[in-house]
Amino acid sequence: MDNEKSTHELVVQMQSITKQFPGVVANDQVDFDLRKGEVHALLGENGAGKSTLMNVLAGLYKAEAGSIIVHGKPANFGSPREAIEAGIGMVHQHFMLVPSQSVTENILLGLKEPRFRMKLPEYTRKVTEIAKKFGLQIDAEAKVWQISVGEQQRVEILKMLYRGADILIMDEPTAVLAPTEIDELFNTLRSMTEQGKSIVFISHKLNEVVDIADRVTVLQKGKVTSAGINTKDVTKADLAHLMVGREVIFRVEKKDVEVGEVVLNVNDLKAFNDKGIQSLNGVDLNVKEGEIVGLAGVSGNGQNELAEALTGLRPVTEGTVEVNHKDVTNQPVKLGIRHGISLIPADRTHVGTAPNLSMTDNVIMKNYDQSPIAKGWRVLTSEANKYASGLKDSFDIMVPTIDTSVRLLSGGNLQKVILAREISSEPKLMIAVQPTRGLDVGAIEGVQKLLLSQRESGAAILLISEELEELLSLSDRIYVIYEGKIMGEVNDGDIDKIGQMMTGTPLEQIEKEGVN
Amino acid sequence: MADISVKESAPKWQFPFKIKIENRIENPPRWLSPVLSLAAVIIALLIGAVVIKIAGGDPWAAYVHIAKFSLGSVGVLSDTLVKAIPLMLVGLACSIAFRMKLWNIGAEGQFFLGAFGASMVVLLPVLPMEAPKWQFILVTAGFGMLFGALWGFIPGFLKARYNVNEIISTLMMNYIAIEWNNYFIYGVWSEGGFQMSRMFQRNAWFPRLTDLAKRWPFFGGLTTHFGLVLAIVAAIILWWVLSKSRWGYEIRLIGDNPRAAEYAGISIKKNIVLVMIVSGALAGLAGASEIMGVVHRLQGAISPGYGYTGIIIAWLAKLNPLAVILASILFGALILAGREVQPSGIPTLIQGLIMVFLIASDFFYRNRVRITRKVED
Repeated sequence: MDNEKSTHELVVQMQSITKQFPGVVANDQVDFDLRKGEVHALLGENGAGKSTLMNVLAGLYKAEAGSIIVHGKPANFGSPREAIEAGIGMVHQHFMLVPSQSVTENILLGLKEPRFRMKLPEYTRKVTEIAKKFGLQIDAEAKVWQISVGEQQRVEILKMLYRGADILIMDEPTAVLAPTEIDELFNTLRSMTEQGKSIVFISHKLNEVVDIADRVTVLQKGKVTSAGINTKDVTKADLAHLMVGREVIFRVEKKDVEVGEVVLNVNDLKAFNDKGIQSLNGVDLNVKEGEIVGLAGVSGNGQNELAEALTGLRPVTEGTVEVNHKDVTNQPVKLGIRHGISLIPADRTHVGTAPNLSMTDNVIMKNYDQSPIAKGWRVLTSEANKYASGLKDSFDIMVPTIDTSVRLLSGGNLQKVILAREISSEPKLMIAVQPTRGLDVGAIEGVQKLLLSQRESGAAILLISEELEELLSLSDRIYVIYEGKIMGEVNDGDIDKIGQMMTGTPLEQIEKEGVN
Repeated sequence: MADISVKESAPKWQFPFKIKIENRIENPPRWLSPVLSLAAVIIALLIGAVVIKIAGGDPWAAYVHIAKFSLGSVGVLSDTLVKAIPLMLVGLACSIAFRMKLWNIGAEGQFFLGAFGASMVVLLPVLPMEAPKWQFILVTAGFGMLFGALWGFIPGFLKARYNVNEIISTLMMNYIAIEWNNYFIYGVWSEGGFQMSRMFQRNAWFPRLTDLAKRWPFFGGLTTHFGLVLAIVAAIILWWVLSKSRWGYEIRLIGDNPRAAEYAGISIKKNIVLVMIVSGALAGLAGASEIMGVVHRLQGAISPGYGYTGIIIAWLAKLNPLAVILASILFGALILAGREVQPSGIPTLIQGLIMVFLIASDFFYRNRVRITRKVED
């Protein structure tokens, strides 16, 4: 494209990289190159293959096909150690640090030097020197548990610099950071590129990409949709389009259902995540009888926290949740279940079921204390078995016997167990989080049909998903969530708008710009 | 690149079978679990035999001797049962806690506090000296359970409220409990400077079989006491609670997946406290029954580590309250055998080995081992 820039020294060239996982082609003939001293962003949705591609470069995965050239020499790293010896260091989303040890000790971990005597003061000095050179503010003697997440990230970067990396791969580095920390990180990245380091910046946040990157490569479902374009030459809307794509949507058969009263009404909802960071920043939405309302968003923008806050699993700090005009904010989970709130959790094995218990024990999880299964203090085994057998037949759950432990079931059947349990409680409000994730095509269709049949019987359904296609084909309306706030609502499935909102542009702004 | 390698005329001998370990993909058969427990006991006995042999003994004779002196006659069987009573109750205490994956290592301390509570009824006194026997049974058992429950409640509350690791807190509280008792036997209730309280008056004792000897001479000299009834009733109630009741279901669910339980609206904190209370009460009852049925005074060294043996028993019984009864009788016999076998450490060694093999046998419960003939390729 831009021949005048071909004089740039290329430090990494990856050509037609193909990497497969069972059932998925994560990277399909992907080309990627990195120039010396630039920040090159890799943009794409979850599961687009960004991290996979970089894991191949960093020696964590081996590609089935394709060639890699690093600093002009062919490279095929068998391990991260080999990659780091060639100067490639990757900073992962999840830090690998030992909390009880100091920053210096963490940086020295796994190195050949020092051999026996730690000589900590000497190495602390060395570490501090490197940190200063790249403008990384860090106390090298502090223990890791004492320092903030942003500082921990700096330790990870420092670890790579100390090992002599001149190519740094940052895997969604801003996901864990507060806004001020993001600015600091960007300053560090700029000072590193000034000193000749090259950086790959993996992200799905458009604003950041435009902010920091010189060039951007967009991946969509394992394929490159745009390779190495200058960020100055593209608009955010273009990038959003390249990232989300426009494809023929498989429409499921959807009957017309008369939309009834408002069932769920959420007002200015705020809550913290497990790390104590505010992850819901005032969510407003509503769901009516007989409609499926989609909630789109890149993962980690508060979807799980929202589902938990609505069902009482997570304390709400501000705002209200109303179900059928009744305030249910912060009420016990059990009361929510009695009020007809049902949750299909994202994590089937860790939240949705008890893996070592039988199918019977798993399906009675929410009505074990209700008649007819409970009688006084007792759980009537015969009634529970009758109930479980009924569900096994009507939901066509493939399980040898109802006494089988559910850990032995396939993902699709496990999801059927959960759906059977949740649907049979005849919920007024159903919150489904990623209900088809990881299932095969047949199972996905089954789950989607069940959701639609719930809609037809008048339930209000909030469908939280990262699969845009699924949202578009099932939902009557779609909200988009970004950093714990609703960016806007789309009724007509305008995928470009959804894409822009998913990357942080509020609907009002899009419409304003659209007029111009 | 000429091919100069000569084909080996006689291929190297190879082990003709291949051992493959696979995850079980279906529920293991029902008989597997008891068979594995039994196998653990047998292997432990075999290793014990080797040790006896090395020590210069005759293992077969030793085991026959043990069997004879723990199960061989009505008299010794009764002694075995006496040893088994506290083990049953303590085993039950551990079973209910372990079902919820709550690692109560403090049954020993709860046992001591139970013993203290029961003694208090006689020594404080809570009941007048000449109160009828049934009142003593009721009140001493009740006090034992109450104090054991209190000792269980403390770590339970700390765990629920402040997430204090219950393994550490229950273990540490064992030492406090023992010293607490020591304070009373060395000081407050010491009899004439000896480290023990006075002997309880006879009407405070739990009834024993030998008490019936006047009417049925057959029972003469048999020391099995009323605690056995308490233990068996407790086992049956606990079995019912764990397998048939709503609470039992909640415990099962929390034990397998606390997050799922929370999602189903079950309070984990409340259940941690409740289970610790019940677990402590059962261990406390063990202490009370030992004091009122066997020792008849408060003194030191009332437990040869019953609280810890209860852990092994609970595992051997696979946390099934009815199986706890059988496992306790086996261990009662082993403890009794300690008096009969030299070196006297052998029964303890066997207990330890049983525990090790039980834990190891879990591997076979989760995996299946397939031995297949190697096929030339």
